[in-house]
Parts: sequence; C-alpha cells; structure tokens
Amino acid sequence: MYTAAAFAVLVAMLLALFRAFAGPTLYDRILAVNVFGTKTVLLIAVVGFMMGRPDFLDIVMVYALMNFISVIGILRFFEYTAKNVEVREE
Amino acid sequence: MEGILNIVSWFLLVFGGFLCISGAVGLLRFPDFFTRMHAASVTDTLATAMILIGLFIQAESWLVQVKLVMVLLFVLLTSPTAGHALVMAALHAGLEPVLPKQKQASVEAGR
Amino acid sequence: MELIINMGLLSMLAMTAIAIVRIKDLFAVAMLAGIYGLISASFFVMMDAVDVAFTEASVGAGISTLLMLTTLAITGRFEKADKKSRTRFALPLVLLTGALLIYGTLDMPSFGAADSPVQEHVAPRYLNDSAQEIGIPNVVTSVLASYRAFDTFGEVIVIFTAGVGVLALLMRTDLPPISSVKNTASMEEHMVLRIVAKMLIPLILLFGLYVQFHGEYGPGGGFQAGVIFASAFFLYAMLYGMNAARKVIDSSLVQVLAALGVLIYGTTGVVAMLSGKNFLDYSVFSEDPVHAQHLGILFIELGVGLTVATVMIIIFFTFSGRSQVEGERD
Repeated sequence: MYTAAAFAVLVAMLLALFRAFAGPTLYDRILAVNVFGTKTVLLIAVVGFMMGRPDFLDIVMVYALMNFISVIGILRFFEYTAKNVEVREE
Repeated sequence: MEGILNIVSWFLLVFGGFLCISGAVGLLRFPDFFTRMHAASVTDTLATAMILIGLFIQAESWLVQVKLVMVLLFVLLTSPTAGHALVMAALHAGLEPVLPKQKQASVEAGR
Repeated sequence: MELIINMGLLSMLAMTAIAIVRIKDLFAVAMLAGIYGLISASFFVMMDAVDVAFTEASVGAGISTLLMLTTLAITGRFEKADKKSRTRFALPLVLLTGALLIYGTLDMPSFGAADSPVQEHVAPRYLNDSAQEIGIPNVVTSVLASYRAFDTFGEVIVIFTAGVGVLALLMRTDLPPISSVKNTASMEEHMVLRIVAKMLIPLILLFGLYVQFHGEYGPGGGFQAGVIFASAFFLYAMLYGMNAARKVIDSSLVQVLAALGVLIYGTTGVVAMLSGKNFLDYSVFSEDPVHAQHLGILFIELGVGLTVATVMIIIFFTFSGRSQVEGERD
C-alpha cells in the first residue's frame, strides 16, 4: 500500500512538473512549484516508511519549510521588481 | 483492533494518493489560474493530511509520531497561506479569471 | 518499486534540466532550479544518502533559489538571446565533452561494486571503528567532524571567504541610515502571511537548534542547521522589510559572528596543538577518549553552524540592500 501511495504521489509530481513547464503565467509556475514541493514532502515520508527508515522525517520537515520560504521569496521578489512588466509571458 | 487500524490506514493512504492525482490532473487541465489554484490547494491540504495520518497509524515509535504531527501542522499552516498569498498577488497583478460569457457581460456592465 | 521511483525521479530531473535551458524567463528558471534541487534531493534520499539530501534540500532547493531571485532583482528578468556565431560552436563542444565524460565512465567500477576503490580505501576503517572510537550513531558526522575535520575546516573557510568576497564587492557604505528610508517592499498588504510567519519563525529557529545538536544521532549538523537558522531571518526580512530585519540583527554584529565561527573551529584545533597533540586531535578535551571526541565535535559543529548561518545572512542582506538602493534610484 505504501507502494500505491508512493506511485500516486510520483504521478502527481510529474503532472505538476508539466504545469511548471507550460506556464503560461508566472503564477501558474509558482503554484506548480508549491504543489511539487508538497508532493515531494509526501513522497519522502512515504518512501521513508517503505524502506523502514522513519528518520527521513527530519528531511521532510526541511522540505516543507523550504517550500514555504521559496514561494514567499518568489512572490516577494516578483512583486518587487516586476511591477510594470506584463503578466503574460508570451 | 490492530486489523481495523491497519485497514483505516491503508484506506487513508490510498485515498490520499487518489486525491494527489486528481488535484494534479485539475492543475494540469483547468482553464485558468484561479481554477487551477482551487484544484491544487483543496486537494493538496486534504491529501497531505490523509497520507500523514495514514503513516501516523503505522508509525512504531512516539518520536516518529510527534514528527509526523509537526510536519502535518506545518503543512496545514503554510500550504493555505502560500495559496492565499499567491492568489492575492495574482489579483493585484491584474490576472483575471476566465468567466462564462453571460457572467463576463454582467461583470463588464457592472464596471 | 524503488527502481521505478528512481527512474521516475531521474527522468524528471532530465526534463527539468532541458526546460531550464529552453526557458528565457529567468524567474521561471529560478523556480525550475528549485524543483531541480527538490528532485535531486529526493533522489539522494532514495540512494540512502540522507545527510546529502538534507543539505541539498536546504541549500539547493531553498537558499540558492532565494539568492538567484535576489540577484535577478538587481539584474533583470529576461535572458538575452545568444549571438548566432556562438551557438554554432556550442552544440558540437557540448556533445564532445559529453561523449568524453561517458567514455570516462566506462573505466569506472560498476555501481555498488564491492571491489571499487571507494569501498577499499578508508571507508571500511571508518565504518568499523567509528562506533568504538567516536561512539555516535551517525557515521557521516564522525567522518565529517572528526576523521576528516581538517577538510571540513577548509569548507568552512571557503564559505567564510565567499561571505568576505560578497562584502568586498557589493557592500555599500553609503547606505542611508535606517530611519530615513521608506520601508519599501515589505509586503504590507499580506497580513495573513505576516501573522503565519510570526508563528513559524520561533519554530524554525527551534528546528535549527534541533538539527544542530541532533547531527550526531540523525541526519543534520552545523551546515544544515546554519542554513535553516538563516532562513528564519530571510523570512522575517522578506515579510517585514530590510530595515526591520537590520534592526533585529546589526550587520556589523553578523560580520563579527561569521569570523567568530571560523575562530571557534580553528581554536579547537590550536588548543590541541598547544597541548602537544596534532591539529584537531580532540583527545586533549577529556580523559575519556570517546567523551573527548563528543566535545570536539560539539565545538566544531558550533563553529560551522555559526559561520554558515551568518555568511548566508550576510550574502542575502547585501544583495537585498543593493537591490533596494538600485530600486530607489530609478
């Protein structure tokens, strides 16, 4: 069952990755990065249990933390520098 | 008792996995940023909670359980917050949702 | 199953790398670089290299994304198109280099082979004797902080030098005094973010301390703890503005602390030398050799954590301060 959950999370990561590639706006990409980060948290947690190494949870904490901080960072710097830049890229 | 707990945790894990995929499909397929945000953030929070609680039942030591609870709390706090900030920023930047034609007309009439 | 996960992760890694090359919007590239860090960290976890994964997650996915973004705030958002004449050479060159590298791997022993040089040189001694000599469960920490403490000293010096370099190149002495600057870009409208961040910052600092002192028992140690510690300050600076952050930690104090970290590490070594032992021989700290090792590791991890945290803060603050000044001039 860990296997099923890990596989599902992996598929979700892949789909989020496609959204991050496709855009079209920068906000879509940020959203995709955020979803990707949460899915990584889940993947590592599940894999940790699958391999019988629950001390992976320390890493999971760092992932969750860094995911949040990098989203805030992207928002902060995007808002700050790109006030007058078009939202659409292409 | 053990058997029931096991079944509950398997159910939570599998259903959490299903929610992950369905949210990601929504993220990929929906027409505009706001619907994608909706799909992603709603399923994200629930799926994370379900999978982590499923693992919580399986965990053997209390230290692991405490860590799982910490991770869960952290994600429950940060994930909706990041979503909120993201939508606010998008609205500020002038990103507009795709509306059905009728609604679009009424929005424009209201301006 | 592990094989499938590994294959999935590696193919995602390759796709991300290609996308990074193709996309011209540098903000998007910075984000994809964050994803790249996350994927490679997951891959390290799958390979059971937990400490490396820890570092990659905190540095590769977190801090380096932030530093890239601060740089973009100074330089600009879009990549300039390359000149045609240069791109013509690039492809053959890259193909040639790649082919040579792949040719080089043919000589390498197959992955995980028992007779590969890595397994035969010093690794068996560390793995066999670490439990008696140093007595901590995490062998990575005992190699990093005791057997190879001199190498780690070099790494700390490199980080310190990076901090000094950034200061030398980018520090502004003509920054206006704190009170006279408008508190721009402090995300004042994001009330929810601010409150959540206020709740999280103490937890992050606490987690940093846990990683610092738990490095002997689980994944972690000074490097990772320093980064986590610094990230709490980044969060504060991003949400409340640079000026508020400068009030919390004075930049001259940070500079002193960065030097102090290196000094603690070096002094630990010199104390051993003064008592007639080798540099960084911890046996001088206590009668009991295992206890002495513990003390020594504690000291140098403290030095590492201090230097890493403060250098990260220095780099981030210097970059952000720079972009603030540039922004006002426009």
